[in-house]
Amino acid sequence: MSGTIEPMVGRYVHVEISGEMHRIYFEENGAGIPLVCLHTAGSDARQWRYLLADEAFAKNFRIIAFDMPWHGKSNPPASWNGDEYQLTAARYTETIRAFCEALELDKPVVMGCSIGGRIVLNLAINHAAEFRALIGLEAADFQAPWYDTTWLNRPDVHGGEVCAALVSGLIAPQSPQASRNETLWGYKQGGPGIFKGDLYFYRVDGDLRGRVETIDTKVCPLFLLTGEYDFSCTPEDTKRTAAAIGGARVTIMEQLGHFPMSEHPEQFRRYISPVLGEILKQSMQSKQGVQV
Amino acid sequence: MSSISNVTDATIIERFAGIPALLEQAPALIVRGRFLDCECLLGPTAHPFHVSIRAGRIVDLTPAPVLMRSWRFSYRASPAAWAAYWQPEPRPGWHDLLALTKRGEAVLEGDLHPFMAHLQYFKDVLSLPRQHFAMTLS
Repeated sequence: MSGTIEPMVGRYVHVEISGEMHRIYFEENGAGIPLVCLHTAGSDARQWRYLLADEAFAKNFRIIAFDMPWHGKSNPPASWNGDEYQLTAARYTETIRAFCEALELDKPVVMGCSIGGRIVLNLAINHAAEFRALIGLEAADFQAPWYDTTWLNRPDVHGGEVCAALVSGLIAPQSPQASRNETLWGYKQGGPGIFKGDLYFYRVDGDLRGRVETIDTKVCPLFLLTGEYDFSCTPEDTKRTAAAIGGARVTIMEQLGHFPMSEHPEQFRRYISPVLGEILKQSMQSKQGVQV
Repeated sequence: MSSISNVTDATIIERFAGIPALLEQAPALIVRGRFLDCECLLGPTAHPFHVSIRAGRIVDLTPAPVLMRSWRFSYRASPAAWAAYWQPEPRPGWHDLLALTKRGEAVLEGDLHPFMAHLQYFKDVLSLPRQHFAMTLS
């Protein structure tokens, strides 16, 4: 065999969500602390391919990224009849917890980006004890809308083109062209109305203002990292959110935008490496019975 | 950023007027706009241009006002916003047409369909001066 084979392996797991079995596609690599990665709205888990293939991280973490139903290789459930797709906070939370349960993950770390970052805050509010640590990328309790989502799904505008063109501005100018193109390709491939439906959670159903104050970071550490070029979830949005949460750790990432893990993987690695290192250290200390 | 703040409105207007020639040197971008025919109003807030686009080419660019000339949509931004947008590495929040509208440095008005249906085309056309703008400042 002469071809280079990447280390991650993709499989399907059957997960019951809202009483119905869903066939969820996930990829994984590594062994150790389970690290579940959540993709952004309207895209899929390919965004995490660099992290999944990271040899150093894989030594201590079982890195897992799954496609949400209706995204990537996770098809809509059998009962779907074409009705408008709308992601709710309750359904999103249930999906993540059910996925972790189906794989029997022991106190996983969950890292989510954008809507994944928002739902991480919801996990911290309602289910902190189930997780070892939570990492929100481009996360805030709320952010001001900057376009009308009805443009994302209408017959007289190409959905893939407009979704990609809208989010193209959220990528930092310093990001390599190939990574930029790959990030946008995910948006060009999304199903009709799916990006818009994900944003229902973001814009309508997932407003966490006035709720993040209840997060207890002693139960579960919370790390928030936001790119300086993200004008959707701005550094100010993240800092404002963190200011209301005692013990929340904030990092503003230079030369990165809304898709740090896919738009500029090397630059993102500089920021996520110390976070994963700290989680590993805390995990080892608590295993040895040391108070941290 | 003193070099940007010193940029005159005349410089921005001059650079804007050069966009059609830059577009002619970008055949892939013209191809991307091949289904677009549109009258629009683009440029600095106080000194915009009526722009006529046919099959992705800018066939006319005339300073406003023109008596009773119609347009479908307009995108106008402050001269400071254009100067910042055209930097080789624009600052955060000044690097995208919709970042500029969000921060209140630009205004998008009218029938937005042609703009949204060709959003990447307009982003790329209006960033064409970026490749030459730094030289203007130096």
